[in-house]
Amino acid sequence: MNTNLTVNGRPHALDLDTRVTLLDALRDQLKLTGSKKGCDHGQCGACTVLVNGQRINACLSLAVMHDGDEITTVEGLSSDGRSPLQAAFVRHDGMQCGYCTPGQLCSATAVLDEIARGWPSHVSADLEGPVELTREELAERMSGNICRCSCYPGISKAILSVAEDGTVHREAAE
Amino acid sequence: MYAFDIERPTTIADAVAALKADEAQPLSGGQTLIPTLKARLAAPSKLISLSGISDMIGLSDEGGALRIGGATKHDTVAKEAGATHPGLAGLAARIGDPAVRHRGTIGGSIANNDPAACYPSAALAHGATIVTDRRDIAADDFFTGLFDTALEDGEIVTAVRFPRPEASNYQKFEQPASRFAMVGVFVAKFADGVRVAVTGAGEDGVFRWTEAETALSSSFTPGAVEGLSVSADGLISDLHGSAAYRAHLIKVMTKRAVAAAE
Repeated sequence: MNTNLTVNGRPHALDLDTRVTLLDALRDQLKLTGSKKGCDHGQCGACTVLVNGQRINACLSLAVMHDGDEITTVEGLSSDGRSPLQAAFVRHDGMQCGYCTPGQLCSATAVLDEIARGWPSHVSADLEGPVELTREELAERMSGNICRCSCYPGISKAILSVAEDGTVHREAAE
Repeated sequence: MYAFDIERPTTIADAVAALKADEAQPLSGGQTLIPTLKARLAAPSKLISLSGISDMIGLSDEGGALRIGGATKHDTVAKEAGATHPGLAGLAARIGDPAVRHRGTIGGSIANNDPAACYPSAALAHGATIVTDRRDIAADDFFTGLFDTALEDGEIVTAVRFPRPEASNYQKFEQPASRFAMVGVFVAKFADGVRVAVTGAGEDGVFRWTEAETALSSSFTPGAVEGLSVSADGLISDLHGSAAYRAHLIKVMTKRAVAAAE
C-alpha cells in the first residue's frame, strides 16, 4: 500500500505491507534505528516518536495509517545529537544501557512542549495558568517510558534542568 | 499478524458498507486491536479504519448532554470535557499513559468492553446512551458480559451521549504496570438519584452497585455506604488481588469518589 511519510522533515514514498507498524517502517525501511523495539505492545515506551507533534507508541500503530503525517524520531531532535535535552541526559547520566533513551528523549521533548503550552495533567494542582513541572508532574507525564536500568534520578534531573533553563527545544516540533 | 487489507472510509455510511465484507473488523485507535493482531488472536480479512470519519470526532453539546464522537481520543476528552463532566475528564486523563491517550478512542474502549477498562464505568454511571450507526442503546443494556456488548456484527459506536451530572468522580485503584483498573468506581449524582458503576472487579465486566446507589441517593456522603458490604461472589481473583480484596476496594473507592465528587 502506497504511503507518504515525512520523517524528520524529509518526505518518503513507501510501498508497505498493511501489517508493517510505524516502528518497523522507520527501522527496517528507512533505516532509522534510533527508535527501539522493547516490548512491541505499547507498555515500555522505547518506540516513542512524535506524530504531528504528539507522542505515540510507534509499535502500536500501522504505518499505512500515517499517510501524510509528519513524524519526528530521535534522529530528528537535532542535527548533531546535542539538543539541550540530549546534552542534559549526558551531563546528568540519564541512562545506563541506553535502550530506552531515544523514547525518553522523544517523550521528554513532547513533555516540555506540553508544559510550554500550559496543558495540565491529572496531577496538576491548578488547571488554569502555567503548569509547574514538579517531580510528581514529571513522573506522571513520563509514565509511559520505562527504564529497566532505573535511571529515573538522572532522567528526571536532565529534564528538569532543561525545563529550568527555559531552553525548550522546539526545532523538532516545528 | 495475519494478512489483511485496509480501507479508510470518510463517512459512517461508507464504513458500515465496508464492514459488510466477510471477516471485516473496525479499527479505531488500535491500542488493543494491534497487540491482538500481533498475537494472532484475531484474523480479520479487512480492517476498516474509523479514524478518518470527521462526524465521529470531537465533543459537542446536545440538548444539555455531552456528545462525544466514537473516534474521539482520550486526550481530547481529558482536555475538553471538564467544564460540564469533571469526573469523565478525570477518568480520561488517567487511562494508560500519554502515548496511549493520543491514539486510543472512547468508541474503541466501549465496544471492546474490557472488564478492567475505565470508560465502561463512566457510561454506566452516567446512564449514557451509546449511539450507533443504526440505533441508540442505553448503557444499562449495552454491556452484556466479558468483552461482550449489544453491538451486532458490523455495527459501529458512532458517539456516546452523557447526561450532565450534578456531581461526579472516578476513583481508580490501578494495576501499576498496565494502569488498568484493579478496581475503578465511577459515582454520578443526578437530580433523580445517584448511580455507581464498578469496573475492574466483576467477572462479567462492569456492573452497578445498587445498594450504594440507594444509600447515596438518600445521603450523598462517604459515610452513607459505611454500613454496606460488597460480596466477593462473582468478583475477579487473579495474581494482582483476590476477590475479597477487590470487594473491599470497591467500598473504599466508592467513598473516595463521593468525597471527591464535584
